[in-house]
Amino acid sequence: MTTKQKKMLYRIIAAFVLFFALMIAEHTGALSGVNPLLLFVLYVIPYLMIGYDIIWKAFRNIRHGQVFDENFLMMLATFGAFGVQEYSEAVAVMLFYQVGELFQNYAVGKSRQSISDMMNICPEYANIEENGSLTQVDPDDVEVGSIIVVKPGERIPLDGIVTEGASMIDTAALTGESVPRKVSVGDEIISGCVNGSNTLKVRVTKAFEDSTVARILELVENAGSKKAKVENFITRFAKYYTPVVTIAAVLLAIVPPLVLGGGFGEWIRRACIFLVISCPCALVISVPLGFFGGIGAASKIGVLVKGSNYLEAVAEMTTIVFDKTGTLTKGEFKVSEVLPAGAGTEAAAKEELLALAAHGEGYSNHPIAHSIREAYGKPLSMERVSGTEEIAGHGIHTFIDGREVYLGNAKLMEREQIGYTENKSAGTVVYVACDGVFAGSIVISDTLKEGSKEAIRDMKRVGVQRTVMLTGDRKAAALSVAAELGIDEVHAELLPEDKVGEVERLLDRCAGKEKLAFVGDGINDAPVLMRADVGIAMGSMGSDAAIEAADIVLMDDDVRKIASLVRISRKTLAIVKQNIVFALGIKALVLVLGAFGVANMWEAVFADVGVSVIAILNSMRTLKEK
Amino acid sequence: MKKKFKLEDLDCANCAAKMEEAIKKLPGVNDASVSFMTQKMMVDAEDDKFDDIMKEVVAVCAKVEPDCKILM
Repeated sequence: MTTKQKKMLYRIIAAFVLFFALMIAEHTGALSGVNPLLLFVLYVIPYLMIGYDIIWKAFRNIRHGQVFDENFLMMLATFGAFGVQEYSEAVAVMLFYQVGELFQNYAVGKSRQSISDMMNICPEYANIEENGSLTQVDPDDVEVGSIIVVKPGERIPLDGIVTEGASMIDTAALTGESVPRKVSVGDEIISGCVNGSNTLKVRVTKAFEDSTVARILELVENAGSKKAKVENFITRFAKYYTPVVTIAAVLLAIVPPLVLGGGFGEWIRRACIFLVISCPCALVISVPLGFFGGIGAASKIGVLVKGSNYLEAVAEMTTIVFDKTGTLTKGEFKVSEVLPAGAGTEAAAKEELLALAAHGEGYSNHPIAHSIREAYGKPLSMERVSGTEEIAGHGIHTFIDGREVYLGNAKLMEREQIGYTENKSAGTVVYVACDGVFAGSIVISDTLKEGSKEAIRDMKRVGVQRTVMLTGDRKAAALSVAAELGIDEVHAELLPEDKVGEVERLLDRCAGKEKLAFVGDGINDAPVLMRADVGIAMGSMGSDAAIEAADIVLMDDDVRKIASLVRISRKTLAIVKQNIVFALGIKALVLVLGAFGVANMWEAVFADVGVSVIAILNSMRTLKEK
Repeated sequence: MKKKFKLEDLDCANCAAKMEEAIKKLPGVNDASVSFMTQKMMVDAEDDKFDDIMKEVVAVCAKVEPDCKILM
């Protein structure tokens, strides 16, 4: 508790003791003969003790032109109670209002604390080595190119490259990944991670304000400014709610006695109940708090959400569109099949075919050549190769050990009139011919990213109706990836600029509130990320432009996190809706009961601050979703 | 120019919303946000008059919620 809260607590206790003593005295009849004026004064003492600041604030705010604030309303309600000689109620209302406010204050402080603890990735200092001794400086003051020392257990203050030492670093705060990452000389490390057991020397590559940690903190802090529809609704609602209820209270105090006759006292008492419930605080606090918690829970698993509106959109997402390369597949091409044509023992024939292809592609820089050489895995003896020439759009013509070799696509085989067996596998096929005879084919394909399959399955399980994959790749390759992953719809052979059009067509198919998300690695797809309802980018391999353009960033590039994010967003939305229904329901109920004289002030206080506290506690549950 | 400020003793969420609205209405202010959760305020205003605008920001905030202090 802060000192301010403690002071309030003491005031509450003191006022409560006094109030309790008065109640006992009144009920035991000890005060029965007392002068009414004295009785009034006796109750005013605890009242002022607990409520003086409210009254003072009410007057001060009226002077500033803030009429309908909660202080004024509480003052009016309690004055009203005094006016109709309900002294004990006046004191009790003020007392419980303050208890509720204190509790609410405490709960908000606590939740703010737990969220900021979670986001506690900001490094406080950087160690700079000067003349053999270490000095601690503000990370803000470290220049690019300087060497910093990160001791075991310290938070890495700036992005950089390791120049000395090797260690395990804990990236959990940024990526949610619990397995530490091994780093050694030459590796890039990012700020915000915690160093393991060894000292590292790091050459700083980015100034603090451009470093990963500063950018993440900026994103999360600004997340609050992009409000969800529900939040905007509440803000608008709050603006009208208080004046409407207050006017209703005034009418309730004046009209019925004039129409029905009888005393004003009872109706003023009922009007006071209206005033007590007229603050929309429960909603105004709990709704943003719920979203804040949801965004916090997402960042805990390494997913940065740039605004509560995106969290809301994810909850309503029915279509998810993936870019293939870099998102579902690694974008690394590997030899997946070696199919020799001739006889001979399998392994030896494969080996020979690969050797032929590797030497034939020995001078090429093409990614495919690279993967074939990698699959061959042995040093090449290029003296065996002579007269290599590239045939554009077809392949390579070369001589290996004096034998004429053709390497390339089906068109090459046809051009050279070599009888070949078509290989229908998905991926890029390289046909090999030696001395005019077909020797076999090699298939090179992209490898699936770990977890892509589970990611698609989990997304379907949480209720995403349509999964779509867009790619610039050949149709056969795209279809085989889609089939393996269980993706519903594929659009292949797209140019980067076609992807926007494709996403627009898919957006048109989304009915009403249905939302579409696009997931990409950000290479060439920043426009698509912007166009989709929700753009999800890969954080660690994606470009800065993609992170800028995206609405949600997966820090560790793990598409499996999207299903968890959907769960978090749905839970957040559910909690926010519960709070709205609960708070409005109770308030409406007490208003109606109050108007008919069934509810009393106590219930009104509960409907105001009690509901607030319950809604805040409910909101805190968003933090816990995993 | 965008600038961020810390707020102290911002105790009521409704006031934060009112402050935000009041600041946004000031001439020269392009955008503003007051976050009750992070206790921070962001003001985006014209560069050359920023200091004068900030004086007005402080004044409107004091009007809405006199207890809340803006740490400059």
